[in-house]
Amino acid sequence: MSSRYALPSLSLRFVAVWQRHFLVWRKLAIPSILGNLADPLIVLFGLGYGLGAALGEVGGTSYFAFLAGGFMASTTMYAATFESLFSAYSRMHVQKTWEAIVNAPMTLEDVLAGEWVWAASKALAAGICMLAIVAAAGHASFPLALASVPVVVLIGLAFAALGLSVNALASGYDFFSYYMTLLLTPMMMLSGVFFPVERLPEAVQAVSRVMPLYHGVELVRPLLSGALPAEALLHLAVLTAYALAGFYLATVLTRRRLLT
Amino acid sequence: MNSLDVRGLRKSYAGQEVVCGVDLEVAPGECFGLLGPNGAGKTTTLRLCLGLSEPDAGEIQLLGHAVPARAREARAQVGVVPQFDNLDPDFSVAENLMVYGRYFGLGRADIAPRIPRLLEFAGLGGRAESKIQTLSGGMKRRLTLARALVNEPRMLFMDEPTTGLDPQARHLIWERLRRLTQEGRTLVLTTHFMEEAERLCGRVAIMDHGRIIVQGTPRELIAQHIESQVVEVHGPGVDAWMTEAKSHASRTELAGETVFCYANEVEPLIAGLRARPELIYLHRPANLEDLFLKLTGRDLRD
Repeated sequence: MSSRYALPSLSLRFVAVWQRHFLVWRKLAIPSILGNLADPLIVLFGLGYGLGAALGEVGGTSYFAFLAGGFMASTTMYAATFESLFSAYSRMHVQKTWEAIVNAPMTLEDVLAGEWVWAASKALAAGICMLAIVAAAGHASFPLALASVPVVVLIGLAFAALGLSVNALASGYDFFSYYMTLLLTPMMMLSGVFFPVERLPEAVQAVSRVMPLYHGVELVRPLLSGALPAEALLHLAVLTAYALAGFYLATVLTRRRLLT
Repeated sequence: MNSLDVRGLRKSYAGQEVVCGVDLEVAPGECFGLLGPNGAGKTTTLRLCLGLSEPDAGEIQLLGHAVPARAREARAQVGVVPQFDNLDPDFSVAENLMVYGRYFGLGRADIAPRIPRLLEFAGLGGRAESKIQTLSGGMKRRLTLARALVNEPRMLFMDEPTTGLDPQARHLIWERLRRLTQEGRTLVLTTHFMEEAERLCGRVAIMDHGRIIVQGTPRELIAQHIESQVVEVHGPGVDAWMTEAKSHASRTELAGETVFCYANEVEPLIAGLRARPELIYLHRPANLEDLFLKLTGRDLRD
């Protein structure tokens, strides 16, 4: 089919899809927000204070502050990923919600764009909760720390686009374990979330630099502590490229799956 | 201008052609039935007409819009009842209608006043706040029909609207579909229930192996292609009786243990059967199902 590789034609119609997801989320907003708060609380305070006491300073700052920046980026990565894998798959394959939507004057691109922006919105919610915790612990330096919020949205868009591509290939929920275990977990280890990338061998560092999460961490960590990130434009460009190329890939793969 | 005009439609999947040159015309206000066994290409044809799948060849005009190029504009005036219910399980009955209306670009103020009317139409008054999981199969089907009407469409596409429903639920759906036709809406439905097609459709097309075999009003088609009377016979010795029956019927057919005799004049057959009390028979006028089986055969389809 010739139009399978066409660029996605986006319209504002996707807002209705976003709104549908928002309305569902609103019914379960309180447990969802509590989860967004509890998860980083446990890890940050457990590892940050516990491990931090043994480690002392890491990367020129307290381990808690170091971990906060990395973990904020990885938390948003996981928030966008879960939404674009498990939740999107339920709506696409199990509930056939997408099928119902495209019977209305909506296109598959509208549905995908709605999923994409929605998953990034979930990342935003997770990021804001995280920022609140870091601020409450006294490790966020305002106003610059607020600049981490749009960065979180960009991380969300990048990982939502990748997640939607994986979703288009999925044969069932189990399929997602490959992506999570084989790609995301190693990425978290290589992207400077728990320890500085400089500790890794040179060759491995080169791998880190192609990982989208690495660029997210490099932006969020300095912003939280009130510093402007080095090579900020490069990091933003890489994340944007992942988001846009990933969304194009997701569009092509989803067309292949559903429009044949 | 026709509501739906299809010319030379073709579609293949993985090298196998499932729609092989289909021509269709549906006039405004008509109830049109697309009949065929499983795998005949009915659902694919509907998907192509709605612009949900791209044809390999052929032209489609839906409500004056070229499909798939302007499918969005066409679908804005169309309602769709899919083969399998895909109501949103995360929402209540009324929320399903509200959320679906938004996909048509309608605002809350447009949709809210329509909801009570739609629920009344679907026989779901008082169930506005019910969860989808608590509805019966028939209620879900009616809600899906109501949902397809949320944009006040000129035309409705229904893929096997009553499959899996009990007779009560089926009759209620039929009654509602008649009401929609009386309101002047155009209906296109697929079904493999011939009784449904005979009751509802002004015109039908029988499709098999991706092709339309015949098209016309149910009565015309029966008159043209099949004898007016049918006698079904079974019981001990039916095989032997069949040879005798062949001289009185224009066509006889053995399906399992039952002999089907088709004739315009059945008195000699009946007289013979009265003399053989061991044979059980049923005499009835020919219907669309007889025609359907004649044209598509009795072999099972998967």
